[in-house]
Amino acid sequence: MIGPEEGHFALALACVVALAQFVLPLYGASRHDRRLLALAPLLAVSQFIALALSFFCLVWSATHDDFSVQNVADNSAIAKPLLYKITGTWGNHEGSILLWTLILGLCGAAVALFGRGLPAILRARVIAILGGVSAGFQLFCLLTSDPFARVWPAPTDGRGMNPLLQDPGLAFHPPILYTGYVGFAVPFAFAVAALIEGRVDAAWARWVRPWAVAAWSFLTCGIALGSWWSYYVLGWGGYWFWDPVENASLIPWLTGTALVHSSIVVEKREALKIWTVLLAIATFSFSLSGTFLVRSGILNSVHAFANDPARGVFILGLLAVVIGGSLLLFAWRAPALVSGGLFAPFSREGALVLNNILLCSICAVVLTGTMYPPFMQLLFNRTISVGKPFFDAATIPLTIPLLAAMALGTMLPWKRAHARPVLRRLRLAAACAVIALGVACWTLSGLMPILCAVGAVWVIAASLTDLAGRLGLSHFNAAHTLARARSLPRSAFGATLAHIGAGVTVLGLCGMAQAQHAIVEVRPGHTETLGGYQWTLLGVHEAKGPNYTSLIADIAVRRHGRLVTVMHPSKRDFAAQSQTTTEVSIRTNLLWDLYSVIGDRHGAGSAATYVLRLHVNPLAPWMWLGGLIMAIGGFLSLSDRRLRVGAARRTAQVRGVAAE
Amino acid sequence: MSENVTRRRMLMTLPVLAAAGIGAGFWKMLSGMGSGGFDPRAIHTPMLDRPLPDFSLPGLPDQGNGFGAADLRAQTRPVLLNFFASWCIPCVAEMPALREIAAHIPVWGIAYKDKPDNAARFVARDGSPFTRAALDLSGMTAIDWGVTGVPETFLILPGGRIAWHGASELTQRTYETQIAPVVRDAMTQSAVK
Repeated sequence: MIGPEEGHFALALACVVALAQFVLPLYGASRHDRRLLALAPLLAVSQFIALALSFFCLVWSATHDDFSVQNVADNSAIAKPLLYKITGTWGNHEGSILLWTLILGLCGAAVALFGRGLPAILRARVIAILGGVSAGFQLFCLLTSDPFARVWPAPTDGRGMNPLLQDPGLAFHPPILYTGYVGFAVPFAFAVAALIEGRVDAAWARWVRPWAVAAWSFLTCGIALGSWWSYYVLGWGGYWFWDPVENASLIPWLTGTALVHSSIVVEKREALKIWTVLLAIATFSFSLSGTFLVRSGILNSVHAFANDPARGVFILGLLAVVIGGSLLLFAWRAPALVSGGLFAPFSREGALVLNNILLCSICAVVLTGTMYPPFMQLLFNRTISVGKPFFDAATIPLTIPLLAAMALGTMLPWKRAHARPVLRRLRLAAACAVIALGVACWTLSGLMPILCAVGAVWVIAASLTDLAGRLGLSHFNAAHTLARARSLPRSAFGATLAHIGAGVTVLGLCGMAQAQHAIVEVRPGHTETLGGYQWTLLGVHEAKGPNYTSLIADIAVRRHGRLVTVMHPSKRDFAAQSQTTTEVSIRTNLLWDLYSVIGDRHGAGSAATYVLRLHVNPLAPWMWLGGLIMAIGGFLSLSDRRLRVGAARRTAQVRGVAAE
Repeated sequence: MSENVTRRRMLMTLPVLAAAGIGAGFWKMLSGMGSGGFDPRAIHTPMLDRPLPDFSLPGLPDQGNGFGAADLRAQTRPVLLNFFASWCIPCVAEMPALREIAAHIPVWGIAYKDKPDNAARFVARDGSPFTRAALDLSGMTAIDWGVTGVPETFLILPGGRIAWHGASELTQRTYETQIAPVVRDAMTQSAVK
């Protein structure tokens, strides 16, 4: 019952169901045929079940060491720990595409199950669009990258013992990241459905927003996790390399953030409708293109999958249909969408528009930097590489006004604002920012880190004062505050938390801009001074692991003569795979990280010297902590009763957020 | 009013036009990758057309003496300089091609960050393609040459000028289509002088 053939069959079945899911509800919606409309959720759930079975079969093949399956033979091995046999199924091209479609199927099933409050026609169309995208990717999976392809004769053991890939961070990073990427398929489907219907209104925005927030939260988590992984595994002390693969996840994050904000304006004020629809399409398009670029090998990246131009052509065709089709529909139908509420430039809408402009400008910069090298080469036959200096120089000046506006936005009322009351409420935040400026000038070097740190403190302080104001903390009445806290929607807490998270991340980045490091070649017993610490290499010894030998250094770190910690960075040599991995040693107190890596050994015996890399990284953990806070903020706002999927009715009165 | 509507329509078609343009670019890149006309991994080499950097490296065990920049500069024929390592799979794969190419042009090898014995065994295993071989244990020479990984290959013309650089596995085809023409041009030019 369970095996690779069954999995293959289930995948083909899912593909057929997805095609039906694409065609029948769309036809039913145009004919107002109730039976066909009612079929949509059923098909979506069946498709998901078939996919889940298929994915389970692949996992089963991996855990049961069925090396007649090419994918398992290439990526697994008998000696591999069970956990990594399971997670290894999505650590390669074929498996990751299957995971991708599985999550897409899950999205369709989620709309079917949680979207009961949606009008039947809208729901049918959304599910149909999701089915269409699913069908495309399943065809891709079946035709060009079949995870269940067999080899004969089957090898006795697999070849998939890549020690670098056996890491919990890497194992759980893809599912979270993919949930973020694929989650934006739902807002995309809503946008296309709205274009077909020719109507975008407050209720539509209210249905879209939770999906966008959910996808955004997962994507935030995924990016933070990936960055953390590269920090502690790659052992270069870096956290973001502006690598094309990283940029491919940052671009949809930026447009997704813009989407989350602009949909508020549609919901509350019925303005920015066309823009929001475009953002929904763009975000998913960027998610898809990111996958395509990574897998086609067009971009030169360290994370490359096995490249295959033939696959690239298939995905490009798929992209042309999905993105081209939706944008054509946009060009045809969007001019007919009527825009609603007018607003003054200085208002909450105005601030959200500014937020969108800045986010999209940053997105444009990242996109340009990422696409510039291949297009330069294509058009002018010149190879260039665009790196950190460009991205830093171009994105940071855009981040500072973004931070400045972030604080302002939450305080402004809708429609029209007056400067005086807003400025009065920002007094405290401004005072904090001035103090931060003083501290930053004293501790940080460089204009940009100082300005960013001030901006971050300003955002955090303003978010807190805004929350305090809404809770009525200035009344010094606990009962009053508690009552207000109860009535305050959770999405308000979520938004505050997300803004604080952004501030924390920026502070972490500013801290990392001050990181110090040294590469030294020392003999045991030697002491090196870095960042106010004395690092002494006590000794180096060898140890045997299950399938590797490791070289372990003992480094004592002292400050003012007092022992702070002893670190044990090591280097593992996997002889069978002729691979070495570095095990970084990190000691953190949440304010700064001590980070050490052992490199090569030169010479032998008592004359041996060792290369050590030592880092002092101020505020490093804050970067990922901020990401986590942002994501928690997103999830918290999802738990808001008002936003719960299906809670809203199109007839429901649109109620403003409790703004003062 | 109608002019306004037309402008609005035109504005709304911009996204699809932009996407179409980018898509067409991708399609050209993909078809170029298939035919070899587009290589996303081509690396810009600052060393190209510059005099070669100074270095002096020891030899591999039982593989003769090492060499240095002075030896390369003293050559009167073009030389291919190949950075390799025994731990690098593409280097293993490129060995047969190197042996064929060595029939046309002398190939000198530098083992990059390799254990001396491993490198010597690797070179000697199926007959060394290298006229001379040296060992860059620390990888410092490779840094001076701007090597980003192994295998990488440089073409050095008499007088010590770097005239070509490849940052991927060398093949007979690469030699014929890219290296040989450069060598021919250089030799005819020096003959004219």
